[in-house]
Amino acid sequence: MAQTEAELLDNPVAGQPTLILRSPDFHAITDVVAGAVERTTPLGWWLFFLPAVALLGLLGAAVAWLFWEGIGVWGLNIPVGWAWDITNFVFWVGIGHAGTLISAILFLFRQRWRTSINRAAEAMTIFAVMCALLFPGIHVGRVWLAYWLAPIPNQMGVWPNFRSPLLWDVFAVSVYGTVSVLFWYVGLIPDLATMRDRSTTRTRRFAYGLFALGWRGSVRSWHHYESAYLVLAALATPLVLSVHSVVSMDFAVSLLPGWHTTIFPPYFVAGAIFSGFAMVLTLMVICRTAFRLEHIITLRHFDYMAKIILVTGTMVGYSYATEFFTAWFSGNPYEAFTFMNRALGPYAWAYWTMITCNVVSPQVFWFKKARTSIPILFVMSIIINIGMWFERFVIIVTSLHRDFLPSAWGYFRPTIWDISCLLGSFGLFFTMFCLFVRFLPMVATAEVKTVLPQADPHWPAAPERQTRDHGIVVNPAPEGVS
Amino acid sequence: MPLLLNRLPPGPHYGLLAEFATPGDLYHACERVRDAGFTRWDAHTPFPVHGLEGAMGLRRSPLPWIVLGTGLTGAALGFGLQWWVHASAYPLVISGKPYFSWPAFIPITFELGVLFAALGAVFAMLGLNRLPMHYHPLFRSKVFERVTDDAFFISIESWDPRFDPSATSQLLQSLGARNVELLES
Repeated sequence: MAQTEAELLDNPVAGQPTLILRSPDFHAITDVVAGAVERTTPLGWWLFFLPAVALLGLLGAAVAWLFWEGIGVWGLNIPVGWAWDITNFVFWVGIGHAGTLISAILFLFRQRWRTSINRAAEAMTIFAVMCALLFPGIHVGRVWLAYWLAPIPNQMGVWPNFRSPLLWDVFAVSVYGTVSVLFWYVGLIPDLATMRDRSTTRTRRFAYGLFALGWRGSVRSWHHYESAYLVLAALATPLVLSVHSVVSMDFAVSLLPGWHTTIFPPYFVAGAIFSGFAMVLTLMVICRTAFRLEHIITLRHFDYMAKIILVTGTMVGYSYATEFFTAWFSGNPYEAFTFMNRALGPYAWAYWTMITCNVVSPQVFWFKKARTSIPILFVMSIIINIGMWFERFVIIVTSLHRDFLPSAWGYFRPTIWDISCLLGSFGLFFTMFCLFVRFLPMVATAEVKTVLPQADPHWPAAPERQTRDHGIVVNPAPEGVS
Repeated sequence: MPLLLNRLPPGPHYGLLAEFATPGDLYHACERVRDAGFTRWDAHTPFPVHGLEGAMGLRRSPLPWIVLGTGLTGAALGFGLQWWVHASAYPLVISGKPYFSWPAFIPITFELGVLFAALGAVFAMLGLNRLPMHYHPLFRSKVFERVTDDAFFISIESWDPRFDPSATSQLLQSLGARNVELLES
């Protein structure tokens, strides 16, 4: 329905798709986005926020008990020394990849459709990285010594081992978190100024004004601003690819069969983008309906995202196949055993859950009907995130649970505290996201306005400047421009 | 000129503020104001209008050079830290590698280069734009509140050598300004 409307509005001359439906003017964009923040809190928001806060409380309790009692409250033990903690960490870092992909890589490729979803996706990235940073922080055991991860001069005269991928990870994820916050905040400045200028109360004017830094929309400012934004995008692009590559090296640099493979960095990055886009879908499907943004976040946007999910999901499937090929082709019996054990051993249920969710189910996105159906997109986004959580579980736990000596074999079972930490991290994520949509403009209005046709200074404002020939709109040469 | 100092025109008037209806009107008006030889003036838009910096005759932003500098500084600091720690401050044989095993230092060198470059980009942007500046004479104008919504403005400051309250106001009106306002400083 809306899709055909979008197709009708496509500009055949410029060859550009119409990204925003219902031809709104600039003010209508501001109104619908800022209005969502300004009106009184809708009841539906509490329906999401209160359960999220309850889960956040559960996280607090689980972490407090963990600190009090020690790592033994979790189900991990030798041979499975890493279990749900690191699974959750890799899962959340992966989710955090879509935001920067949308804001940086799609920006460099001039994918103008990103403007409708980049703000919310960047926010999602930051909250996912917060959840991710939690797990390595709390799994170190003696959490009060976690500062040993940082190269801080200390009375012991010792320094961290910079040759270790685990330390690369500390730097990669914390730099990624910092750069994501900077990117997001720089994008927010013009919209915070919009909120400031629309505010009706002193509190709002002060709060938004403080963080808007006195932005005046000056073209001299936009000039430096756009340069900074481009530079940040160019920096974030290799960064986003490096973060999950470094995370994968936590595994790949070890000598463990199932972890020690060179395919891990690209395989992890593809999986991260895959799961991140799925989470963007989950959130956007809810937000566009809840905040009446169907004309800004259109079915066309979902269509594009579903295509990216199909591509990255297929890359992930290819990686699964390559791992098996390598295990066979290497002729290494331990490697071959690990992979046979993955598919047919005690954790076969987890492996086939992963394959079903990540490789089989995304094939539905070959069909445009599926890519533009909101219920299918929503269900698929949940399935993919379940599958990607299982992927990390399969990689970590199945590689560890049967090591070289059969007498040391084991089977990992989560405890109630493992489950509480995972559920609680969702509480943290959704609490932050609910606060974000309540207090900050969830669509980058200044950027969405630039993709409206009337934002082009050479756009013919008066109808007489257009000539219609066989239904094709022809733009005359702009006047006064050499 | 000091980078972070607030530069506002002296005297009782800040300058003239003229509103334009569309990005196109603003674009053509900017070309004429530029060609008339004004130097201390600015345009204000709710979103970056493509090509407007050319219509205003702005030079390229020096920001990428600043970012190059901070990025290389970060990378050098990162590499230097690892070198110093592993070869001098705390030499340990790990996995039989030499103390100065530089290929293992590349990831953190890269990360710190990106961190410093990103911080450099943000702070250079704020510095070049003289932000934060929470007070500005333009905020006295009521119509200017719409600059972050759907209004397009040109402001010409009173200390421009070619500024004359009545002649400049007439110029702006002849360029299609909707209303022209004289702002106090």
